[in-house]
Amino acid sequence: MIKVKIHITLKPGVLDPQGKAVQESLNTLGYEQVLNARVGKYMELTLEEGTDVDQQVEEMCAKLLANPVIEDYEYTVEEGVTQ
Amino acid sequence: MKFAVIVFPGSNCDRDMYFAAKDALGADAELVWYQSANLENYDAVLLPGGFSYGDYLRTGAIASTSHIVTEIKQHAAKGKPVLGVCNGFQILLESGLLPGAMLRNKNLKFMCHFEKLVVENNQTMFTSDYREKEVISLPIAHGEGNYYCDEATLLKLKENNQIVFTYANNPNGSVSDIAGIVNEEGNVLGMMPHPERAVEAILGGADGLKLFKSVLTNWREAYVAGA
Repeated sequence: MIKVKIHITLKPGVLDPQGKAVQESLNTLGYEQVLNARVGKYMELTLEEGTDVDQQVEEMCAKLLANPVIEDYEYTVEEGVTQ
Repeated sequence: MKFAVIVFPGSNCDRDMYFAAKDALGADAELVWYQSANLENYDAVLLPGGFSYGDYLRTGAIASTSHIVTEIKQHAAKGKPVLGVCNGFQILLESGLLPGAMLRNKNLKFMCHFEKLVVENNQTMFTSDYREKEVISLPIAHGEGNYYCDEATLLKLKENNQIVFTYANNPNGSVSDIAGIVNEEGNVLGMMPHPERAVEAILGGADGLKLFKSVLTNWREAYVAGA
């Protein structure tokens, strides 16, 4: 099987109120060196062997997994995964 | 005139929407389960608020992949009215019927109260009963109503007069105080505030009723001979 690990992040310039709250909380805990935090998503897909991974995953990200108006995505592929 | 109120798993303003169309407005209306096949017998489509699919992935994202959205696109392509409120607006954005996207409210809070809105465009089939720049009061109830679009899209929205409602006191961080927009053709309206929750005095106000009345009036003028 093929494992695809997808990271989805907010585009630079898009406000991230959640990230801002995380940053402020870290600052409150004493981590004053944290200047910025952005919160994104991580997904793992398990695909059938023989899948045209790049073509299919790009399409899935564009159609559903990410919203291209506000989000960017990148992914890594592991072939020959057994479970 | 017959309205379809689309019910998704997780919709929770569907009954309010039905009540607004059926009882407050006095038109024909039916609740239509999202797996139902076609919308041909309906004149207008109402997408209610709520939390379709529990807001999984992104608000409105999962609902936007359902078959009924293809039907709604065909309905919209015929120039028939489509109104999406709150989660309904989010579904319209995710399905590409309207431009832009929703972000979490700037203050990260779920907010539920009346807000003052300005009617920026009263030349649409949804707002013709309002005066231009009329200030109305409608309830909001959302955690993700912070409308976002890029500069180019915003410019286009402004040039085409697609911004229909703005907040008088922006509660959520939306760009240009946007509370509601229409598509270029003017027959698809998405808005975060809830007109269906303000259709009679006992609900705290009736400013939302004019929106439904506008739809009915314009439909009659277009389709009923001698109206």
